[in-house]
Amino acid sequence: MIRLHGVTKVYRMGLQRVHALQGIDLEIAAGEFLAIMGPSGSGKSTLMNIIGCLDRPTAGTFELDGRDIQQLNDNQLAILRNRRLGFVFQSFNLLPRMSAIDQVALPLLYRGAINRRKVAAAALKLVGLSDRAHHKPTQLSGGQQQRVAIARALVGRPAIILADEPTGALDTKTSMDVMEVFRKLNEEFGMTIAFVTHEADVAAYTRRIVLLRDGRVVSDEPNTPSYKIASEASGA
Amino acid sequence: MTLADVFLTALASMTSNVLRTLLTMLGIIIGIGAVITLTAASEGAQQGVGERIRGLGSNLMFIRPGAVEQGGIQLPGSGPGLFLEDARAIEAAQFPYIEGVASQATAGEPDPILLTQAIYLGQNTSTSLLGTEPSYQFVRDFYVESGRFISEDDITKKALVTVLGADVREELFGSDDPIGKNVRIVIGPANFNVGFNFTVIGVMETKGASAATNQDDVVIVPLPSFQARVPFIRDPRGRTNVNQINIKLTDRSKSEEAKDDISALLRQRHSVSENDFRIQTQTDLLDTATEVERSLQVLVVSIALISLIVGGIGIMNIMLVSVTERTREIGIRKAVGAKRIDILWQFLIESFMVTMLGGTLGVIAGIGATEIAQRFAIGGDTTYVVTPLWVLVGLVVAGITGIIAGVYPAWRASRLDPIEALRHE
Repeated sequence: MIRLHGVTKVYRMGLQRVHALQGIDLEIAAGEFLAIMGPSGSGKSTLMNIIGCLDRPTAGTFELDGRDIQQLNDNQLAILRNRRLGFVFQSFNLLPRMSAIDQVALPLLYRGAINRRKVAAAALKLVGLSDRAHHKPTQLSGGQQQRVAIARALVGRPAIILADEPTGALDTKTSMDVMEVFRKLNEEFGMTIAFVTHEADVAAYTRRIVLLRDGRVVSDEPNTPSYKIASEASGA
Repeated sequence: MTLADVFLTALASMTSNVLRTLLTMLGIIIGIGAVITLTAASEGAQQGVGERIRGLGSNLMFIRPGAVEQGGIQLPGSGPGLFLEDARAIEAAQFPYIEGVASQATAGEPDPILLTQAIYLGQNTSTSLLGTEPSYQFVRDFYVESGRFISEDDITKKALVTVLGADVREELFGSDDPIGKNVRIVIGPANFNVGFNFTVIGVMETKGASAATNQDDVVIVPLPSFQARVPFIRDPRGRTNVNQINIKLTDRSKSEEAKDDISALLRQRHSVSENDFRIQTQTDLLDTATEVERSLQVLVVSIALISLIVGGIGIMNIMLVSVTERTREIGIRKAVGAKRIDILWQFLIESFMVTMLGGTLGVIAGIGATEIAQRFAIGGDTTYVVTPLWVLVGLVVAGITGIIAGVYPAWRASRLDPIEALRHE
C-alpha cells in the first residue's frame, strides 16, 4: 500500500544543508501496526510528514496506493490527505473554540460529505467520548483531547492513520489509554496504524518496530505485541 | 466544500470572537452610517430647495437691478436702478407670452440696513417690508385670505394701507381681527428710523418659506406709499424705485425669447449697450440650486469614501493579523484535507460577511441618526430623505470593500505551507 524507495530529504537551514533523510526504503502493508523509533534528529518526524503527504521528498519515490506522489500537485495532495490519510499529532492540534463533534467532522466538511455529524458521532463513540461530543478542547483532559484527535483521524476511513508521538504530551496512564484505543482500532477494525515514538513501552504495543538513525533505517524487526505485559512495562 | 459550508465556517469564526468582529466592523459601520446620514441630509436639502423655488409661482421670471463692478468685484444691488416705470413699459409692450407684471421693493430681512418693525399697541415684531402693486397676487400666486389686497387706487393715492402676512398677523393680533386697525411700520435702525401708521386692509394666506425668506413674515404696502414719504430712499427724479420686477410667462419654453425681448427694451430705456440689470428665470434658479447641490453631494460622497477606505484598511489589517494568529488553525485545516481554495474562500467570505454585516448595521445606524436628527431638529428644519439608492450603494460598497480588503490576507493564508503552519506557535 505504501512504498518508499530511496527517499531523501534535504532542508536548508540558513546556509547549512540538513540531510534529514538519506535513502529510506520502507513498505507498509494494509492492516499493519508499526512504530518508528529513533533518537531526536533521526528523521522520524520528517518521514512521518512525507508519508502523511504534508511534505515532499527531495529525491526517491513514494507511492501511495500505487501512485507516485511526486507527480501530484498541491490540490491532489490535499485530496489524498483528506481521503486516504489520518493524522494524529503530539500536541493534539485541535481547533480552539470548536466542539469535539465539529472537530471530528472537519475532514468530512472538506470532503463535502453529508450526514457529517452522524458519522462524527459514530467516530467519537469508537474512541469512547460520546458523552463529550459538545465539549470544547479547553473542557477536555489531555487524554480526551488526543482521543478526539484520533476520532478526527479515523472518521474519514483512511487507508492509514499516522501518529507523530501521540503520547508525547501525556502521562503514562493516559498514554496507555490512548494506545489501547489504537490497539482496538487495529485489532478489531483492521486499520493500518503507523506512529513515531521514542518510548519503548509505547512501541511495545505494535507488531513491527522500525528504527531510524541519522536519516537511515538501521533496523526493521517484527515485534510480539506485549498487551498482556503492558501494565508491567508502565510500572518499570 | 459547499458555499453554505464556507459561510457557516466563516460565521463560526466571526462568532467565536465577537469583540474582534465588532471592532473590525466599526469602521464600516461609521462609514456607511455617514454615507446614509449625509446623503439623506443632502437629498432632503435638494428636494426642499426645489420645492421652495417651484413654490415661488409657476413660469416666473425676475428682473433685478444690475451690479456695478468696482475693482473687479461686483457690488450687489448697486445697479443704476430699476423703476416702476420700467415695469409699466414692459406691460405696455404687450408681449404675447407675458401674463402679468408685478414690481416690488423690499426692506428689512434679509437686508440688514433697512430693519423693519411692525408695532401694534404693546406688540412689536421684526419683519420685512414689501412694497408692490395689485398684480402681485396673480403673478406670485399669493392671495389675501381675508379683507382685500392693494388696489390701483391705493397706488395712485400712495395710501397708508397694509396687508399683513399670516405670521405678522399672528404675532401682533393673535386671534383678534386686525382689519381696520392701525399698525405702525418703522424702518431703519433704532436711532435713525422713520415710521408711519398704516391701516390694515387684509391678511395674506399662509404660504411658507421661500428660497431665502419666510413669505408669511411680511407687511405689504402700496409700492410708492412708503418711498414717497422717506427722503433717503426717495428717487430724486420722482420715479419709484423697485428692486425686483416679477414677470409671469404663459409658457416656460418662451423664457429665452422673453429674456431677449425684455433685455432689448430695458437697454433702450436705460440708453445702455450692456445689460445694467439681471434677468433670471425659475429654471435658472433651479439650475443654480442643482449645481450647488451637486458640489455638496461630491463633498459628501468624498467624505464617505474616505471613511470607507479607512474602514477597509482597518479590516485588511485585522484580517492580516488574524491570518498570523490563526496560522496553526490553517495548518490543521490543511492537514485534514483543506485545499488552498477552501482556505482562500474561508478568509475571503469572512471578510465579506464582516463588511456586509457592518454595512447593514451602518445603514440601520444611519437611518437611526437621521430619525434622531429629524426629531430633535438638528440642522434646523432640514428634512432628511433616506433614498433606497444610497442604501443599496452603501451595501454594495461595503461588500466590495470586504472583498478587496480580504483578498490579500486570504491569499496569504491559502499559500501557507502546512508543516510550517503546524509548527507555528
